Amino acid sequence: MVGMEPTAFEIQALDCWYGALHVIRKVTLAIPERRVTAIIGPSGCGKSTLIRCLNRINDLIPDFRISGRILLKGEDLYTAGGDPIPIRLRVGMVFQKPNPFPKSIYENVAYGPRLCQVHERGRLDAQVEASLRKAALWDEVKDHLAKSALTLSGGQQQRLCIARALALEPEVLLLDEPCSALDPIATGRIEELLHELKARYTIAIVTHNMQQAARVSDVTGFLLLGELVEFGPTSWLFTNPSDPRTEAYITGRFG
Amino acid sequence: MRRTVAGSRSRERLFRAMAVAALAMALGALAVLLIDALLDGWPRLNWPFLTSFPSRKPEQAGILSALVGTTSLMLLTAAAALPLGVGAAIYLEEYAKTHWMARLIEVNVANLAGVPSILYGLLGLQVFVRALGLGRSLLAGALTMALLVLPILVLATREALRAVPVSIREASYALGASRWQTIWHQVLPLALPGILTGSILAFSRAIGEAAPLITIGALTYIAFLPDSLTAPFTALPIQIFNWVSRPQKGFFVNAAAGIIVLLVVLLVMNGIAVYVRQRFQKRLYL
Amino acid sequence: MEQAIGGALFLCGAVSVLTTGGIVAVLIVETVAFFREVPLAQFLTDPQWTPLFVDKHFGILPLVAGTVLTSAIAILVAMPAGLLSAIYLSEFASAKVRGAVKPLLEILAGIPTVVYGYFALLFVTPLLQQVIPQLAGFNALSPGLVMGLMIIPMVSSLSEDAMYAVPQSLREAAYALGSSRLQVAWRVVAPAACSGIAASLLLAVSRAIGETMIVAIAAGQQPRLTLNPLVPVETLTAYIVQISLGDTPTGTIEYKTIFAVGMTLFLGTLGLNLVSLWLRERVRERYA
Repeated sequence: MVGMEPTAFEIQALDCWYGALHVIRKVTLAIPERRVTAIIGPSGCGKSTLIRCLNRINDLIPDFRISGRILLKGEDLYTAGGDPIPIRLRVGMVFQKPNPFPKSIYENVAYGPRLCQVHERGRLDAQVEASLRKAALWDEVKDHLAKSALTLSGGQQQRLCIARALALEPEVLLLDEPCSALDPIATGRIEELLHELKARYTIAIVTHNMQQAARVSDVTGFLLLGELVEFGPTSWLFTNPSDPRTEAYITGRFG
Repeated sequence: MRRTVAGSRSRERLFRAMAVAALAMALGALAVLLIDALLDGWPRLNWPFLTSFPSRKPEQAGILSALVGTTSLMLLTAAAALPLGVGAAIYLEEYAKTHWMARLIEVNVANLAGVPSILYGLLGLQVFVRALGLGRSLLAGALTMALLVLPILVLATREALRAVPVSIREASYALGASRWQTIWHQVLPLALPGILTGSILAFSRAIGEAAPLITIGALTYIAFLPDSLTAPFTALPIQIFNWVSRPQKGFFVNAAAGIIVLLVVLLVMNGIAVYVRQRFQKRLYL
Repeated sequence: MEQAIGGALFLCGAVSVLTTGGIVAVLIVETVAFFREVPLAQFLTDPQWTPLFVDKHFGILPLVAGTVLTSAIAILVAMPAGLLSAIYLSEFASAKVRGAVKPLLEILAGIPTVVYGYFALLFVTPLLQQVIPQLAGFNALSPGLVMGLMIIPMVSSLSEDAMYAVPQSLREAAYALGSSRLQVAWRVVAPAACSGIAASLLLAVSRAIGETMIVAIAAGQQPRLTLNPLVPVETLTAYIVQISLGDTPTGTIEYKTIFAVGMTLFLGTLGLNLVSLWLRERVRERYA
């Protein structure tokens, strides 16, 4: 049963505003540890906003406000005056459009560890290799680590971004529509990768592709206009949704 | 409903002709100006001219002190203006975008770009020359020019910073970098060519400025090289102005030769700026 | 550490505020001292400006006349040429032509003003004297024409920006109603951009008013309350240069005159810049 598993995030009565625009309405859910949680919903429902709260990258937006609590393994993420940086070392993020730095493959993956004062060459090399292996990219790039990251294909760039995030050894990996800019083959490889990664990391993925959610996730949440309509094991949600709105969305009555 | 097309066709041709004529006249005037200066000044352009000091006799007057003055002035101005300008631009773009203080600074920078350059000279005169006691020196001149160049520098640097995609910053933040780390490691390196290009263009504008320097007392007859920051000095445009203002026609040739030297310096600087822009523009968009 | 860096960067930005404050303070202090000795009424109404003569008059009008005269001639040259150029480049020219012409126009803007001054004095004046024999060696016409040439790129590129901001949908609507390209440009785009174009003209005038070297070299040093472009005049800026080159001791009334003149110049350009800014804000609101 979902409720019995250890949770990574507890989101309690979360509200979010961009200025006067109320985008997340009293969302409460628990993201289980070492599982893949998918958040689905039509465009503009707030799924990206929700996931971006989990590593406080929304702090970059000037008139963004929240109320409610988000607990990471029991710690409140938004304690007054708290520094977001340590959170981002535990909660990594991969964005919708691959955004490697215009540097070499090696330098992209090494960036995070360098910021954490890892400078010794042997350790860096080991960390870069380990991260690229975890992202299933090592074999393709091991002889070209000095090449610019921008020479990689879209799918490879996205796996590089995953490796880059993993290099900080986070506990959680957030993915915001990671495959929407990729072709089906690249998408398939990333979905396989997520399946391997969940053994060690908690994964939360936002996707507008329902079939992907069904393929990849263990638990799914359906968000509509900022409200969490339903949340539960993926198989249940897709075959036997409790809420009529969920059923309408899943059967394609609205997009 | 019908309409004759013929009338509008000929009116359009007339308009095009007028516009092309206007552009041709403007660019033609530019060409005439350059050729005129070149023809007038060519006879005097020789090695002694470049290496002598000014003199009461036109044939012996040279541009050395002005050249050295301009060079020293520009180097000092750059040393003062670059850190301030880049720092201010980083503050406005990356740190305080919506804070009221940032708006105040922004408005000030925009306004200062429209202030006549001679007023900077008055500021420099009262503050640097008199209040700070720097006298009519190279240092006072450089500080005044730094203030003059600052708004353009800030604008150019902001453009360069803006050209760096937001996604790069997001990626860096998501990896736990602080704001300054993101700027130092990711944003600045990518913005650097744009900053360089912008600053070279800003300084090339400053090289041609005479009014503020005259006001702070840069002398028009300097027959020695400035040997320290507090020495009096002159600069290329001031020397040209001095020669053009003399009643003796003999000096007009010198003025034209000085103009050629000034234009060559500008050409070289702009060439470098264009080269930097071409060479490094590709990096972001592989 | 982060905070210290933020603070340092803030100080860099504050320099600009200090600069503005400095210019205003410097002008105010000396101008106030000036007006302790010279009544404001005399400053504004006396038709003569002779602070260096024994019989001293401190009327600002002759200098203002010199400035206005040269700037008016400049804008009479730059406005038609700049607008024609802007409309042509924005609505008619191909990308190739635009790519070739715009940098050339920018060169016009980048020529140092002493070079323009030389050109005005030693080429334009003699040339005009062949057509207008009574043209004096120093006059307002030559520098005015040359200043006009200098500000054409400013009028052209700022007006072009204003026209570029007009939404394509307006143009499409006009074309769909059977308009020719000229009609679209003249009847739809230019009127829609008119605030922006006016703003650019004001900025160009402000630039002409603040110009120093061209008029210092070619217009003369005889303050004269006149609208005759054929005789020597002196502008606000040229007067400041004249005093700066001389041996006027600090603290004297003659020294203070450069600040009173500077203040006049500052207020004039500030007014034009503010109106220009207001016009551009209006454009932004309309098409936000």
